[in-house]
Amino acid sequence: MTDAAANSGPDKGAAPKRSIFAQDARTKRRNAAEARFRAYGLAAVIVGVVALILLLVSILSNGASAFRQTYISFPVTLSEDRLDPAGNRDPAEMARVTTFGYLPVIAQAFADAIEAEGLAHEVGLRSLADMISDEAPAQLRNSVLANPDLVGQTLTVEVLAGGRIDGFFKGRVTMESAERDANVTPEQLQLAQALAEAGMLETRFNWDFITAPDASGQRPEAAGLGVAILGSFYMMLVVLALALPIGVAASIYLEEFAPKNRLTDLIEVNISNLAAVPSIVFGILGLAIFINFAGLPQSAPIVGGLVLTLMTLPTIIIATRASLRAVPPSIRAAALGLGASKMQSVFHHVLPLAAPGILTGTIIGLAQALGETAPLLLIGMVAFVREYPAAPPEGLFDAASALPVQVYNWTQRSDPAFVERASGAIIVLLIFLLFMNALAIFLRRRFERRW
Amino acid sequence: MPLFWIIVLLIVLGAVGYVIGRRKAMSSAGGDSRVLHSLPGYYGANVAMLTLVPALLVLAVWLVVQPMLVGNAISHLIPERVVEEVGSRDLVLGEVRRVADGLDQAVAQGALGRDEARSLSTEVTNVRDRLAEVGVALGSDVRPEVLQAAQRYRELTASANVARAFVVLLLAALGLAYAYVKTHQEFRARNSVEHGILAILLLASTIAILTTLGIVLSMLSETFRFFDLYPWQQFFFGLEWRPSFEGGSELGLIPLLWGTLYISLIALLVSVPIGLFAAVYMAEYASKRVRSVAKPMIEILAGIPTIVYGLFALITVGPLLRDYFAEPLGLGTSSSSVMTAGIVMGIMLIPFVSSLSDDIINAVPQSLRDGSYGLGATQSETVKQVILPAALPGIVGAVLLAASRAIGETMIVVLGAGAAARLSLNPFEAMTTVTVKIVGQLTGDTDFSSPEALVAFALGLTLFVITLGLNVFALFIVRKYREQYE
Repeated sequence: MTDAAANSGPDKGAAPKRSIFAQDARTKRRNAAEARFRAYGLAAVIVGVVALILLLVSILSNGASAFRQTYISFPVTLSEDRLDPAGNRDPAEMARVTTFGYLPVIAQAFADAIEAEGLAHEVGLRSLADMISDEAPAQLRNSVLANPDLVGQTLTVEVLAGGRIDGFFKGRVTMESAERDANVTPEQLQLAQALAEAGMLETRFNWDFITAPDASGQRPEAAGLGVAILGSFYMMLVVLALALPIGVAASIYLEEFAPKNRLTDLIEVNISNLAAVPSIVFGILGLAIFINFAGLPQSAPIVGGLVLTLMTLPTIIIATRASLRAVPPSIRAAALGLGASKMQSVFHHVLPLAAPGILTGTIIGLAQALGETAPLLLIGMVAFVREYPAAPPEGLFDAASALPVQVYNWTQRSDPAFVERASGAIIVLLIFLLFMNALAIFLRRRFERRW
Repeated sequence: MPLFWIIVLLIVLGAVGYVIGRRKAMSSAGGDSRVLHSLPGYYGANVAMLTLVPALLVLAVWLVVQPMLVGNAISHLIPERVVEEVGSRDLVLGEVRRVADGLDQAVAQGALGRDEARSLSTEVTNVRDRLAEVGVALGSDVRPEVLQAAQRYRELTASANVARAFVVLLLAALGLAYAYVKTHQEFRARNSVEHGILAILLLASTIAILTTLGIVLSMLSETFRFFDLYPWQQFFFGLEWRPSFEGGSELGLIPLLWGTLYISLIALLVSVPIGLFAAVYMAEYASKRVRSVAKPMIEILAGIPTIVYGLFALITVGPLLRDYFAEPLGLGTSSSSVMTAGIVMGIMLIPFVSSLSDDIINAVPQSLRDGSYGLGATQSETVKQVILPAALPGIVGAVLLAASRAIGETMIVVLGAGAAARLSLNPFEAMTTVTVKIVGQLTGDTDFSSPEALVAFALGLTLFVITLGLNVFALFIVRKYREQYE
């Protein structure tokens, strides 16, 4: 398109005779620059998309295995003289036998089961016990205490395999790495392989990862997300209950009633500033005001919810104002013309018409709040919590964890098996986010209205 | 009376008020709602509003003020000796509160009688064990003064709670009675209700101001406390960051600021070119189909929580950079480095730059492009010489916003950049930022009277001021130099 410009010199006669399809050097250079520029743009887009794909693939491939877990099943005889020395089936008496009392019972039963299966191995009793998760004696103890009549019976138990054995079946632990690892030996892995072939050991879907509470740093195989999911859910309840009404009320005032004066100017500037304040500053605010000043408990979903509410408010206000503005003035004029008051025209006509947009904005704000981590670290949500919080409203004041903080927590632990857990937790988080965003898109599509 | 029941009672009162207010209005009009000034519902709503709103406001203020007053009242019960032993008055008060809560729980569970809880003394019983029985864990044995203060605290709180219930419910009843008496056929109920609602709306919108005020005040007061304990010159100009909880810490801001700016610079070096080129491509070159796929995909990057990027930096990018760049080049052996955090943060910022720039480029009118093409410019020449200059203020604004994001970002640097404060130019070394240190100083058991914990507030204030400055500057540039097109 630019040849004409390049070829038309002031002196037409001097121009050499040639086809306009033949490009001169300058045109070639300019066209090459054009192609390069275009390629840069394409490359930038591709880099962005590839980064996204890389990110998701990395997390998914690391975390998918957290949803599968290795279990070992074998028969255990619950001998009376070990587990109920008094012999009266009184749960209080039996509670004196600690998990250390159950450990040899399980270890012996496991050894017997391997012998019965006829598997040759060179693993000592102590190392055999190490192949089973430390969680197993505690689980067995709980079920015995819940049902004392089990004592004396032989039942088939299904226990979690130890973290390294589990890692072997997921490819995280290999024979070579086992030689260098103090926590597992190649012999144990060979035995585990044999157990799997004999059908005593299997890897299957792990519901406990989603429902169980967190576990200590020594037993990654038992760590779950139950408390974190519940805590996140409670915080979302608080955010929804506070941010939506306050945000909508503030937007209605600013969009429909506010006079143009210093106060409303101040409010407007403040809201746009708050949207850009780093999230960690909100954490400091929560710590100083809600915990140190107001004396609310640390690690409680109520404090997390309040902090996230303050963070989410600007998002909701901006979205709500946009959707209030999108309602055409004719609607208001018609309502006013029929004798409605200003307040009635807003609450009876404008607000219902803006509701889908408000809802979409709220969901997006909630999704943002759900993934926020930094402020929650400061208000003590990093605490190790094993008890489920009670039902709301009391539960809002109980200690809990939150999904993104649980991820952070697990990345700080030394056992590499927790990296898998952290990635798994992120998958759960992303699934929630995906669901929320899909809901927002669905609502927008469903109720989209052209005036 | 517990808070929960006060609120339930208030709601019941409000509902009753609504019903009787409405009924009185109707009967004063002889059952003909046309005679009333407002719709009947407004009379009810007016009564309910006057019942609930003042009572709830007083309740809210009470909830904030009561613990402070009670704290002051018991403060004199604690001798200086104990304060010195524990470290600070706040900590002792916290202990008092925990013991008092423990006693409350013990009474609630029936482990202690009411009188027993009041007369308990440390000489007779081991309070710590008694409380442990009901599941209240105390760190150390309870001092007699603390127990006394806790008992006094319980008494004061109990009587204050009674007073609270009384005052709040009385106020609600008064409001109800007043509004009920005023309810009459000619009373302008709608106007009254609408004024009330308007006040509530205004109150809601001032929350933004209150939040900002809260941020500034809480950080300012703690920062001043910090500067009482630690000289400000050493904080702002110190070149060493070596906190130690035994005392003798060096808390210099410069190394943290250096790490923050270095990481942000790398993040911007990654995100600005990529974001800008992506925006230009999508606005000027891409076909509709490509645009409809690529734009949302890049925008997904903005919606992913930062902890996900942090983990990505930790498990993928960090080891990758270490194995293929840092170690072969002999620049370091750490997988957490400025480069790791910078690159990952850059990826996170791409959509901020690209979306904003995209909007701005789209806002440049077609006539400018057509004019440029008409003069014989190629498309890329048009972009470089016409569109980008026209869109420049907006793009600068977008970059500044991205920069303020980068400076305030926490989780990526916590997981990707390490925790070592150093002043170094090597991008493959671990460094740390202001945000990481805020997290570091404030997590775990912290004693809010030591400069090591309080420094976090000074850091937070610095961060707040820097990002606020950048944001205001960005807005200023966008507003001042924005081209207005028809």
